[in-house]
Amino acid sequence: MTEKLLEVQDLKKYFPIKGGILGRQVGQVKAINGVSFYINKGETLGLVGESGCGKSTTGRSLLRLIEPTEGTITFDGKEVTSLSGREMRKMRRDMQMVFQDPFASLNPRHTVERIIEEPMIVHKMGTSAERKKRVRELLEVVGLNSYHAKRYAHQFSGGQRQRIGIARALAVKPKLIIADEPVSALDVSIQSQVLNLLEDLQNEFNLTYLFIAHDLSVVKHISDRVGVMYLGQLVELTESDKLYANPKHPYTRALLSAVPIADPEFEQERIVLRGDVPSPSNPPKGCPFHTRCPEAMDICKSVNPAFREDDEGHYVACHLYDEDK
Amino acid sequence: MGETILEVKGLQTHFFTDDGEIPAVNKVDFHVDKGEVLGIVGESGSGKSVTSLSVMGLVPKPPGKIVGGEINFKDENLVNASEKRMRQIRGNEIAMIFQEPMTSLNPVFTIGNQLIEAIRLHNKWDKKKAKARAVEILKLVGLPRAEELIDEYPHQLSGGMRQRVMIAMAMACDPEVLIADEPTTALDVTIQAQILELMKDLNKNRGTAIMLITHDLGVVAEMCQRVAVMYSGNIVEEGTVKQIFKEPKHPYTVGLIKSVPDMTSKRERLYSIPGSVQKPGSIKVGCPFAPRCEHAFDRCVSETPALLEAGDEGQKVSCWLHHD
Repeated sequence: MTEKLLEVQDLKKYFPIKGGILGRQVGQVKAINGVSFYINKGETLGLVGESGCGKSTTGRSLLRLIEPTEGTITFDGKEVTSLSGREMRKMRRDMQMVFQDPFASLNPRHTVERIIEEPMIVHKMGTSAERKKRVRELLEVVGLNSYHAKRYAHQFSGGQRQRIGIARALAVKPKLIIADEPVSALDVSIQSQVLNLLEDLQNEFNLTYLFIAHDLSVVKHISDRVGVMYLGQLVELTESDKLYANPKHPYTRALLSAVPIADPEFEQERIVLRGDVPSPSNPPKGCPFHTRCPEAMDICKSVNPAFREDDEGHYVACHLYDEDK
Repeated sequence: MGETILEVKGLQTHFFTDDGEIPAVNKVDFHVDKGEVLGIVGESGSGKSVTSLSVMGLVPKPPGKIVGGEINFKDENLVNASEKRMRQIRGNEIAMIFQEPMTSLNPVFTIGNQLIEAIRLHNKWDKKKAKARAVEILKLVGLPRAEELIDEYPHQLSGGMRQRVMIAMAMACDPEVLIADEPTTALDVTIQAQILELMKDLNKNRGTAIMLITHDLGVVAEMCQRVAVMYSGNIVEEGTVKQIFKEPKHPYTVGLIKSVPDMTSKRERLYSIPGSVQKPGSIKVGCPFAPRCEHAFDRCVSETPALLEAGDEGQKVSCWLHHD
C-alpha cells in the first residue's frame, strides 16, 4: 500500500502575460508556485481550493496537457517531464483524466461506442471486434447498458454522460485517474451515484485517484488524504480525517468553517475571511495568505513559509508552526 | 406565525414548445411571512426558478405562460396585474437577485450608473440625491471605498463584489420581499459565507422577507426558517427547517438529505436515489417521484397525491404513505 505511484516535486507553472504592440512578456501568472506531493498506489488524494488556486492546472500538468515550467514528476518510477512527445503519449495510457463538464468533454458527433473506443485505437489495443466488445463491457461496468453504445452524447443526462467519461478513462486500463471536478456539474442525488461508482471502480480495478474539487464535503468523503491549495501553493496536506478534525493552517480552518452544514441544529463558529483572493499575477510577498489571515504576524509579510511535516504525515506551510516558536 | 406577505396558490406555469405543453410549475402552493426566510430547494428542472420568475412576472412569454393560480402580494393578485403595475412592484416592493452576477450587470455602464437608474426609476429624486443613496447602499452591503466604486465597471470587480452590487441594487428601494435565485452558487465557499452573512443581516436588521432558491441543503439549513422541497414542478414537502431535516416525511426529501456527503462524521457509503429526474409533464397521472421511489405502490401510479398536512405543526407532504 505504501508504494508511491506518483511523486511531484516543486512543480511550477508560470503563464506569461503578453502586452504592448510587440507582444513582449510583461508579467507572469504564477498558477502553480512550487507544489510537492505524492500519491500512493491504490489511494485517493484530494486537492481542494477555491477558484484560481491552481488545482486544475496541477492536474493537467501531471499529464503534461499543460507543460510545467519547472519541477519533477515521477510516475511509476519514470521521470515524466523529460519524456518526448511520443513517449508521453504512451505514458498517458496509464494516466487518464475525467473532466468536469460532461457536456463539453464528449464529442457530439460521435457515438458513445466511438468515444469510448477512441483511446484504445490511439494506443493500438486489440482488434476492432475486441475493442467493441470491451466498450460494451465498460458500459455495463459504469452502470449503463450495452445497447447505449449506438447513441450520441446528447441523448444522455448529465450523470449518464459523466459515466461515459469515466468509461472512456477506464478503457485503456490506467493506473491513475485524475478527476477534475467530476461531480460539480451534477445534482446532489446524481452526485452521490457517481461518487459511489468511482469508489466501486477503485476497489474493483485497484485504481489510484487524484480527485480535484472545490466541494470540501465531497473531497472529505472520497479521499484518503487531502491537500489544500491557496494561490498556487499547497498550504496543508494530511489524512482526510485528521485535516477535518484538526486543521492547522488558518486558511484550512476558515475554509472548513465556511461550509454550510446540512443540519439546522449544527452550530459552528464561523471564521469569515475578509476580502478576496489576491491575483496570482501579483501575489503578495511572504506567505500568500497573509493578506486575509486572522493570525498574520510580521514574519508572514516577508518570508514565505516552507511546506514541511509538522506532525507525522501532516504537512503545513505556516509560520505558526515554526520550530523556534 | 407572522403575517403573510406573499401567497402563491395553485400556480401553474406552462411552457408551450414544439414538443408540446410542458408544465414547469404544476399547482404550487406556498406563502412567505413578513420578515422570514423561506427556502425553496430542488434539483435542476424541478421548477424552482420558474416559480420565482412567475412571482416577478418575468416568465418569458411566449413560450411561457401562467395558466392558472394566484400570486397574492398584499391583497393584490399579481397574475392579473398590468405590466405597468408590475414595473412599480418589481424592484420597489419585490426585488430579485440572480445566480450569475456577471451576466446580470450591464458591462458597458458603471456600477453607479446602474444603481442610480434603479433608484430614480422608483423615486422622483434628483441625480445628486440618488447618487448619495447609491453610495449609502453600497456601504450597507459592506463594499469598501464605495465613493470610488460607483465610477467603476462590473469587470473591475470580483465575483463576490459583483454579487454584493446586485444585492445593493435589489435593496436600493427597501423591498419587502427579496427573491434570491441561487445567489451563492457561482461563488467560492469563503465568499459564499460573506454573502450569506450579509443576507442574514439584511433580513434581521431591515426585516426583509427572503425567498431563497437553492439546491444546496447546507445553505438552506443555515439560512431558512421554513423550507419547501420541489420535485418535477411540484412541492412535495413543506415544513420548518427542523421538520424537514430532522423528520423528513417524503421519500424524496429523505433521499436528498441522505445523499449529501457529511463532513462531520465518518466516511460511509453514500445513499443515492436511483435513476434521474423525469422531464416535467412526462408523468400525467400519479406521483412524479414514483418511478424512483423505493416505497412506491399501486396508488402512487394511479392517483396524484396532494400537498396535505401530515402529523404535527403544519408540516405538509404530498405522498400516499402519509395520507389515507
